[in-house]
Amino acid sequence: MGILIDENTRVLVQGITGRDGSFHAASMLEYGTKVVGGVTPGKGGQEVHGLPVFDSVADGVRETGAGCSVIFVPARFATAALREAADGGIGLIVCITEGIPVLEMLGNYQYVREKGARLIGPNCPGLISPGKSKVGIMPGHIHKPGEIGVISRSGTLTYEVVYNLTLKGLGQSTCIGIGGDPVIGSGYIDLLGMFEKDPDTRGVVIIGEIGGEEEEQAAEYIKSSISKPVVAFISGRTAPPGKRMGHAGAIISGGKGTAEAKVKAFEQAGVPVADRPDQIPELLKEKLGSQG
Amino acid sequence: MKIHEYQARELLASYGVPVPPGKVACSAEEAASIAEEIGLPVVIKAQVLVGGRGKAGGVKVAHSLEEAREAADKIFKLTIKDIPVEAVLVAKAVDIQKEYYLSVTVDRSNKKAVCIVSASGGVDIEELAVKEPEKILKKQIDPLLGPDKNTLRKYLSAAFPPALLDQALEALLNLYRLLVEKDCSLVEINPYAQIEGSTLIAADAKINFDDNGLPKHAEVEALRTAEEYSREEIEAKEAGLSFVSLEGDIGCIVNGAGLAMATMDLIKLFGGQPANFLDVGGSSSPQKVLTALQILTRNKKLKAILINIFGGITRCDDIARGILIARDQIDLPVPLVIRLIGTNEKEGRALLEQAGLEAASEMTDAVKKVIEKAQAGV
Repeated sequence: MGILIDENTRVLVQGITGRDGSFHAASMLEYGTKVVGGVTPGKGGQEVHGLPVFDSVADGVRETGAGCSVIFVPARFATAALREAADGGIGLIVCITEGIPVLEMLGNYQYVREKGARLIGPNCPGLISPGKSKVGIMPGHIHKPGEIGVISRSGTLTYEVVYNLTLKGLGQSTCIGIGGDPVIGSGYIDLLGMFEKDPDTRGVVIIGEIGGEEEEQAAEYIKSSISKPVVAFISGRTAPPGKRMGHAGAIISGGKGTAEAKVKAFEQAGVPVADRPDQIPELLKEKLGSQG
Repeated sequence: MKIHEYQARELLASYGVPVPPGKVACSAEEAASIAEEIGLPVVIKAQVLVGGRGKAGGVKVAHSLEEAREAADKIFKLTIKDIPVEAVLVAKAVDIQKEYYLSVTVDRSNKKAVCIVSASGGVDIEELAVKEPEKILKKQIDPLLGPDKNTLRKYLSAAFPPALLDQALEALLNLYRLLVEKDCSLVEINPYAQIEGSTLIAADAKINFDDNGLPKHAEVEALRTAEEYSREEIEAKEAGLSFVSLEGDIGCIVNGAGLAMATMDLIKLFGGQPANFLDVGGSSSPQKVLTALQILTRNKKLKAILINIFGGITRCDDIARGILIARDQIDLPVPLVIRLIGTNEKEGRALLEQAGLEAASEMTDAVKKVIEKAQAGV
């Protein structure tokens, strides 16, 4: 089963006529995702990869019955695209776009919530339910259908972890890149709760990084509310304070957001933290085994 | 992005927040003539982006023009945390009766802008937050509705006496307007000083900007000072690379920030020391790899380089081409260890093999190997 997306998810691509939108629309189609159309204001009526292009999300939803949209527009148009998706009745909005100012995201976060939509990202690789649907930019072939949920703040590091899981025979139910920005739509806690309820997910891997306190909060939540095995990995143990490590959210400031604090919080919650990405499958197998 | 205090003061003043009269000076002579212009006594403050300038002797009060010249002269000779002082702020020294704290910033956890005030200003607010958290008052602002005057007035009345409330409220509303209009990540006044006649004034100011907002604000980008980033960091930024220099001797070129951090961590775990963080980003062109290698090889401490690529959007053959171009154009002074996997891996490996280079497919193997090479080169 997995969470959020499956073989029936109908997807609109916002920014489908752009370079990235067009390329990844093709890649998603190739993976088997039900991409049903695209949106680019002013280009309604055109076709891309045989898919209809609409002027607005509302038009696209009306014509195709799409329930999910994936956003590839440049940062300066992203706020308008996000709000348009929420207004248009999209239930799951996946924002790949990098570089949206934090203050715009504060408003966007609340706006999307008030419309009852769920947001993944921004600045994320998207999500995939292997073998069923891919809404994002990750290389599909490294994934394998299975019973492990993956939640990550990173992109390529997620690929590294998923590759290791697949290599050791641990397939995935759904893998979600939640994004590397300080303010994102869905966090660890939202998704952990969904994995807990998903009958096809047996265990969860969390891939965190320095900055913020989201990992610490996730650890608290796991202690109180999650019965399934969870294994974590934290990147940035060697990062110096005060320097932004690529991701806008990956910065240690005011003594907060250190890797040590996150590792400690997870360990106190009974979540083993791997020193290396290639140790994750073993730790997970141990936890799964001990639960029978 | 950070800016200097004198720049932050000007920005605050343009948003209607009172600041003591003052100007920036680049020489002791200039400092003395500004002191003459604004009137004595003056406070002379080193303009560096690092904290702790007071303890380093970078802040001095002068009661005569001669004192002002001498104080500025001493400050210009200082190096604060490796940063030479190149400018000083000369500001009217005000008689402070009480120090408050006032700031607006982004609360990541609650996903809202937050106001922070305290009647115990002047100190390190992070220290105060740990030792006496009850002295810090916070109030979140609804991002869609904006600040509500009545709510904020009530909130401020817990820290400010009635006679100062109108001024504090006006300042707070202006701070929030500045935060939103210029995409700041922090606007802070500390101390927010009460001076004679029950007037509140920004005796020191700090403003940080969200880098993601800079493309929207050319006027803010123009405030950038060279001090915050090294020459290499600026060059990398212009080439679309994300680069941070570190103390070690193993250079890293990785795609993706998370994997780049994990690569550094793994080097350290196996007993090596990373020389840098470098994310070549998605859809990396061969040119980016060349620029990355050029920047890395300027580091005299470098003993080996690791290129760790997990191709997604990034194509392994593009990376391989970049490596081959770099090998032709620059003399690589240290051994190179390559790990390639993912999109177009076969094509990338084939290109490298034709040139007599090999690539690992596992990250752990590659990290162990680069550490061996670095240690062999000692």
